[in-house]
Amino acid sequence: MTQLPASTERALGLAIDLDTCVGCHACVIACKEWNTANYGAPLSDQDAYGSNPVGTFLNRVHTFEYLPDDPQTLSNGDQSAFQVTHFPKSCLHCQDAPCVTVCPTGASYKRSEDGIVLVNEEACIGCGLCAWACPYGARELDAEAGVMKKCTLCVDRIYNDNLPEIDREPACVRTCPAGARHFGDFADPESKVSQLVRERGSITLMPEMETRPVNAYLPPRPKTQACGETSSNQVAAKAPEQPNPQGFLAWLDGALAKLEAGASGSSK
Amino acid sequence: MHPAPSLILFTSLSGLGFGLFAYLGLLGGGLTGWPAFFEYALAYGFSSAGLLSSLFHLGNPQRAWRALSQWRSSWLSREGVLALATLLVFAPQAISQIWGPGDLLLLGEIGALLALVTIGATAMIYAQLKTVPRWHHPAVPVLFYLYALSGGALLFGQAIAAALFLVLLGLVQTSYWIIGARRFAESGSSMHSATGLGRTGSLRLLERPHTGASYLTKEMMFQVARRRAVALRRLFWAFGIAMPLVIVVQNLGGTMNWIVALVALACHYVGVIASRWLFYAQAEHVVSLYYGNEVSA
Ligand code: SF4
Ligand code: SF4
Repeated sequence: MTQLPASTERALGLAIDLDTCVGCHACVIACKEWNTANYGAPLSDQDAYGSNPVGTFLNRVHTFEYLPDDPQTLSNGDQSAFQVTHFPKSCLHCQDAPCVTVCPTGASYKRSEDGIVLVNEEACIGCGLCAWACPYGARELDAEAGVMKKCTLCVDRIYNDNLPEIDREPACVRTCPAGARHFGDFADPESKVSQLVRERGSITLMPEMETRPVNAYLPPRPKTQACGETSSNQVAAKAPEQPNPQGFLAWLDGALAKLEAGASGSSK
Repeated sequence: MHPAPSLILFTSLSGLGFGLFAYLGLLGGGLTGWPAFFEYALAYGFSSAGLLSSLFHLGNPQRAWRALSQWRSSWLSREGVLALATLLVFAPQAISQIWGPGDLLLLGEIGALLALVTIGATAMIYAQLKTVPRWHHPAVPVLFYLYALSGGALLFGQAIAAALFLVLLGLVQTSYWIIGARRFAESGSSMHSATGLGRTGSLRLLERPHTGASYLTKEMMFQVARRRAVALRRLFWAFGIAMPLVIVVQNLGGTMNWIVALVALACHYVGVIASRWLFYAQAEHVVSLYYGNEVSA
């Protein structure tokens, strides 16, 4: 069981749009809520209301700041061009998942039908080796249950006939207020997620680890201008257009402009 | 990585136990009666103590038997299977040597081979992990063998082998510390490869995903002070190598008195613990890159 399937019929996963994510952590909370009440052992917290709260989460959002790698900011060396990207991270349901092959019990496995990587909690001994083998920090050993927890791609939602169809997607995707998370089959070239990747390209996390992740990260779009240049003139440019004043209004406008110039001149 | 006492004891004690089994199987066929009993008790004692302490690392030790099932793909599973096979194969041999007619044909050799492969499998649990560049290196299995063969030689009273392997161990361990410091940089993993964001060098973590600790930060982002590392290396050299070597060299001619051998082993084991603690504590996991720890050499 711990051997990986040679190929999977479908490759279900997430396309996470780094351009759209606003870093609100709603997906983190939705994930924690759904996965505490459903599949497998609850995601426990320790010292939840104390001074050192710790808990199990299957999805976490990091935030990075950097100079974008585009030629324009490179050439003018503009330090104000720093960009911020929120970076949600959960299991990427890798095709060559090292977490699966290291597992001594067969508890960790990758499904041949849809490619979801799961943990059979009845068989997991909680040795933690799979968490060591994952480069992305996608697995956390639950301190209460002593078994390994990870993203199930909400396997208990996506096939759940008791839910209205609109809810048959992972809780994080369903909840994301920015529409930054998309769920679908990467093996189907016509699926929404495949189309998104074709349009936008995708970032492979740690390609040197050769895990071949299924999840895709859509890169942030290049900014049209550096953040220093925004503010007033940017806002003014976007204000609704006003017709040039005529007659009396034209005279008043001119007089006020002179007054403005004079006042700022005298105040110097 | 978090230097869990259960894992330090597991790897160090089972190393001693299976190291001694290797000597017993290859060179100990002539032992009978009490001397045989004594040696086998040590070998079984150390190896089982090691295996038992590994159970303390598990979240659900009551189903540890399941770990024997995935030997086709998992080094941890192979380690378990091989360890148990070694213990089983040596059982009739030990009984026959202590109470029966003595050495059984080929059983010692087979057992020794199994013991040696077990040591390799223990090392591979670590050396297989690409995510921990310091461990992902051929020097790791070499080191695990040298530890097992030096400790085993001390336990078996083999002064010449002990002297030889102790010197080798000191040299390889020290080189490994030098190699290890560069491993993360050589792995090619960086915050940039981890996120695909930005121009190299300009990327920094603005906010962690959580303000407190987590399983990940506790388990995989253990921080160790450099000056403590230097002290522990000295401890390794003094106790692990120099002291037992001095004792062993004085006994090169004859057979080692068992009290002397025990003192040498006790010193050696202090050094082993010090270096094994460092083995875990200094190993950086690539996931730390998502937490802004750009690990440099
Ligand atoms: S992201 Fe980690 S836990 Fe998920 S499949 Fe890949 S290696 Fe395994
Ligand atoms: S913690 Fe559980 S799932 Fe992970 S390797 Fe160990 S037994 Fe397998």
